[in-house]
Order: sequence, then C-alpha cells, then structure tokens
Amino acid sequence: MSHPVAPATGGGRIRTPLPFPTAAKPAVADTQLRANLHRATRTIRAKRARVVDEVPDWEALRDAGSAIKADVQRRLPELLEQFEASVTAAGATVHWARDAAEACRIVVELTRATGADEVVKVKSMATQEIELNEALEAAGIAAYETDLAELIVQLGEDTPSHILVPAIHYNRAQIREIFERRMADAPSDLSDEPAALAEAARAHLRRRFLSARVAVSGANFAVADTGTLVVVESEGNGRMCLTLPETLISVVGVEKLLPTFTDLEVFLQLLPRSSTGERMNPYTSMWTGVTPGDGPQDVHVVLVDNGRSAVLADPVGRPALSCIRCSACLNVCPVYERAGGHAYGSVYPGPIGAILSPQLTGVADNASLPYASTLCGACYDVCPVKINIPEILVHLRQQAPHPPAERATMRVLSWVMRSPRRWAAALRLARAGAGPLGAYRERRTGARTLRRLPWPASAWTRSRDVPLPAPQTFREWWGKQ
Amino acid sequence: MVGKTVSARDEILARLRTALADSPPPVQVPRGYRRVDDRPNLIDTLVDRLEDYRAVVHHGIDALPRLLSEVDRLAVPIDVPADWLAGYAGELHRDAPPLSPAALDDLDAVLTGCAVVVADTGTIILDAGPAQGRRALTLVPDRHICVVRTDQVVGLLPEALTRLDPRAPLTWISGPSATSDIELNRVEGVHGPRRLEVVLIGSGV
Repeated sequence: MSHPVAPATGGGRIRTPLPFPTAAKPAVADTQLRANLHRATRTIRAKRARVVDEVPDWEALRDAGSAIKADVQRRLPELLEQFEASVTAAGATVHWARDAAEACRIVVELTRATGADEVVKVKSMATQEIELNEALEAAGIAAYETDLAELIVQLGEDTPSHILVPAIHYNRAQIREIFERRMADAPSDLSDEPAALAEAARAHLRRRFLSARVAVSGANFAVADTGTLVVVESEGNGRMCLTLPETLISVVGVEKLLPTFTDLEVFLQLLPRSSTGERMNPYTSMWTGVTPGDGPQDVHVVLVDNGRSAVLADPVGRPALSCIRCSACLNVCPVYERAGGHAYGSVYPGPIGAILSPQLTGVADNASLPYASTLCGACYDVCPVKINIPEILVHLRQQAPHPPAERATMRVLSWVMRSPRRWAAALRLARAGAGPLGAYRERRTGARTLRRLPWPASAWTRSRDVPLPAPQTFREWWGKQ
Repeated sequence: MVGKTVSARDEILARLRTALADSPPPVQVPRGYRRVDDRPNLIDTLVDRLEDYRAVVHHGIDALPRLLSEVDRLAVPIDVPADWLAGYAGELHRDAPPLSPAALDDLDAVLTGCAVVVADTGTIILDAGPAQGRRALTLVPDRHICVVRTDQVVGLLPEALTRLDPRAPLTWISGPSATSDIELNRVEGVHGPRRLEVVLIGSGV
C-alpha cells in the first residue's frame, strides 16, 4: 500500500529576502518611483472601470469564473490526468516537475536536445517564478525575453515589479535611457515617445523571431477536455514564439487547468477587461498539441507543482489558486501603489502576492507579507474570480510566527477580555494607573496619547501612538444617562 | 520499499490527493451570464469596436481592388477565392510550397478570410480553415487585409466558441498589434501586423 504523500512547499523567486517594511522603506521614499506608479495605476484603474461598467452581466461572469475555479481545485488530480491524455493524443509530450529546480532541469534538457543555444521567450509568470532564465544561462543557453516590458527589465538587469507590466516602475524617459545604454541596435536619435520605443523593440527582435528554433512560453489556461493551451497577449511577440520555431516548450502551473473548452467563454471575458482594461487583448493564441504543417512540430508541456499542492492543502487559502494573473488587485491596492512590486520580494507582488507567496513557500518563510495590506478590501471587489484576499490575509496572519512577548500579552488580554467583570476591573485599574498621565498629556499636547513606550513595546510604537484610557468608559457614561 | 523511485507525475498527483483530504463538496457552476446577443444591429457594433482599436473598415467587395492596388507583393493562402483577386496586377505569392518566415517578411501584405467574428469585442478569429492558411501567413507580413462575411459575425464571445473546433490552431485578433507596457498607455504597432484592414462583405453592409 502506498503511503499518503504530503503536499510540499516550493522554491524559486517567491521569497522575500527582506521583511516587507524594510524593503518598502526605500521604495516609499523614492519620489520618482511613486510618481511612476501613481500615474500608471491611475490610468489602468480608469480603463478597467470603463470596460467593466459596459458589461451588464459582469457579476454573473465573476460568479461563474469563481465556481469553475473552485471545481478545478476540487477535481485537480483527475483533470490533470485528463489534460495529459488529451494533449498527448494531440501529439505533445507532457513532463511533470515537483519544484522549480526540476522544471528548470527539464527545460534545459529539452533545449539541449534540439542543439540550440538560445531560446525566445513569451512573457510568463511561471518561468519567472522558477528562475528559468538564470538556469538556462548557467547551462550556456541564452534566453531572450520578447515581451516589451520583460525586454526592458532584462536589458536593465532588473526584476519584474508587476504581474502584467513588469516594467511599470519605469517611465518613458527611463525606458529610453535603458534602450540607449543596453540595446546595441537602438537608433541613435531614439525619442521617448512610446511609439518610437515600441518600434525600436520591433526592429531589435525581428531577426531573432524569424530565425528562432526553440521557444519557451507559459499558458494562461490549459483545457482538460481538449488538451488546448491558451496564451493571451498584445504585441504579437507571443504569436511569433508560438508559431515560427520548430520546438515549443510551455511551462504551466498545475492550477491553470479549466475543465472544458466552453469554460473559456467566461475567462476570455474576465481576463482582458480586468488586466489591460480592454474589451479584448489584441492577440490570443490557442493550440492543441501539434498541427501538421502549421506551427511547432515538437511540442512540450511542463506541468509544475512548486508549492501549489501546499496551497491546495489549506481549505481557507485554497482559492488563491483561482488567480488568473490579471493584476487588477495590484492596480487598486493603496499599499502596492506606494511601495511598488519589488518590496514584496516575490515575482507575485501586491495583494495576490501577499497571500500566494507565503502559501507557496510556507508562511514562516514569508511571514511579513500577510501584513503588507490595510485590509481595505479593494482587491476583493475587483478580483474577476472573487478571491476573498482580506479573509485569507487574516487567516495567514494567524499562522505567522509571533514574538513570545506578543503571544504572552495576547494570552493575558484574551483572559481579561473573556469576562465582563475582569474587563471592567482592568479598565478601572488602568485608569487609576494612567489617568493622571493622560490628563497631563492632554494638557501638554492636546491628545491623550503616548508617543513611545519602553522596550519591548517600543516595536509597536515605532509607527503608532498609544491611546491612554478616557476619564470614563462608554458604559459608565451610559449607566449615568 | 526503500530506494524505489516515484515518478514526479505520481508524486505530484499523490500530493494533490492528500491536499484534498477534506473532500470539498461538489460545485454547481452558475451560468447566468449572457450567451446570446439580442442587439438589433451587430454590424454597427462590430464597426464601432474595430475602429476603436484602430483597424480600418471597408464596406463591400468593391473596396478590395482599390486596396490591393496599393500592394506590390501580396501573400495569399492557396485557397483564396479567385474573385477577391480580380484585376490584381502586383506580385502574387501563394503559400505553396510554404513561404519561409524570411520570404513572408519581404512581402507587403497578406489577404485572407476568417472563421468567426465577435461584434461585442471586435474580435476576428482565424482557425486555419477556408481562405485563411496557416498561422505564420497572417503574422509576418506587416499588413493584414481580412475579408469578413456578415454571416460570420456573432454578437458575443460564447456564441463564437460554439462555432470553433478546439483542435484547430486558433488565432484571435482584436485590432493591430499593440502594447500597453509603457506607462500603461496603449500604442499600436509592435511585432504583429501594424495595419489591420477589414473588408465587410455580404448582406447588411
């Protein structure tokens, strides 16, 4: 008899090297970054709102999307087996990767088998998560990002800071400067007009597209009943990579499945409007294994766990696997707008990253991220698949390790607050102790608050004032009325 | 069974089964969204949406000769209807034997039909079926001239999916190539065709 196999957490670029507050500090102080983020998120919020408002059945689409994803999670093992059978019958080869390192190994081996020493890449969160570019480079294979924003980030030797627009932290002048410095064939009189920058990227990548032998992509959706993979994009770089090379390797997280081809009717309405704020993105490609005489004839799919089984194992946190990577939650988040994506450390920033990254790695390894939120709930309102992000954030905060002093304090408080008698007595005691101090502070500063407490409570007062007890409680006042 | 290697496939499936030990209840998917469009004039909606995304719309087959007269070197799928090319005097490149990517890159435009068109989003869907050819054909040339018959137009996306064969390679096109990667503002013209021209034919145009 086989023993049950425990779900496992994952690796790759999903851990915060620094606690969120430490990493956010320089970002919040960077006025250029704040201006860039403010401008970009304001633009996209308005666009999204306009195209969502014109859809009369938007809420019905969200309900359907949310339910389809819950169904996928419930039936994930059987749907994966069905997908494997369908896509294999259509001529593709399926590979399975337990974690980031295994996924990278598979892609390196498949590329080596073709004899190619370079690959062109379609923008993919999964390959950023597993740090594929670094693994390919270590194996002597050059990986060329072809999405404009990924190209900017790669040329700038930077890391992505947004799920949809990895270079959101740069403005046009900074992008022009990166192109001028790092793109050997950039025109000498390159302006910072977006159209001119896009033109430069077109010229830079054209020859590479036409001669590429191997492409690496992710997938937005993988359809179980037909074996179809779907990539949604704008520029045509995706079509180039998915059509012209002989070999196509797609790295797909196991949660990306949809049960049926018909289910795309929901998600292809939800995704573009939520993500780029368009009725439909310029290009969507769908392919099912190999089509003789049309497109790549050597087609591979790498199905990746890398922590997803651990997310699935938590019934409260499980809906994080419903995410379709639209990034609407980033664009409305007051914390993201001020701190930017790099502060989250993981390739998944913003509200969804604050729940997904700690679940993929285990909360202890990413304990600061569930606190990178004000719990305002704007993310939940815009989520096209209705992930209750605030609820999961609170759930993860409960799992995060807390310092012994805080735990002891909370235990005492909990005992006191469980009984009305103890609570009233504690308030009387506190007022007797701190009342004169409160009156003094009110005379001095106009507020019954303390700025600093002695250590270890000083950690708490670094970013807060401590209120002192009022002269009488509400219940005492009410009793006198 | 010490030392027995478990395949990654079996291990991942086993992990996922363990993760679902709480046996989540079956899910009924509510499908209360619109699946049929009841708007009276879909063609008007389609033209509005195409133009909104900077595609150029022409009405009637008579527009074709004038359009093609600007094209010196034209790529076409092997089964392009002969009447679409009536009077064409430029260099015609049929995709048989298949044109190489470099050869396609030297041509000025490609002329094809399509499979289905979604009015609500202005989306043209190619399925490698009649008068469309393989995917590379409509990708590499910088200008795509696409003939749309009005009987190929549906209102909403769910209606389009019922007309498609999932096993065919599908390309959904909504306007010319574009990007929103610089300050999240849309600009047209990156790697795909920078000009998309739609010729509407059939009743009601």
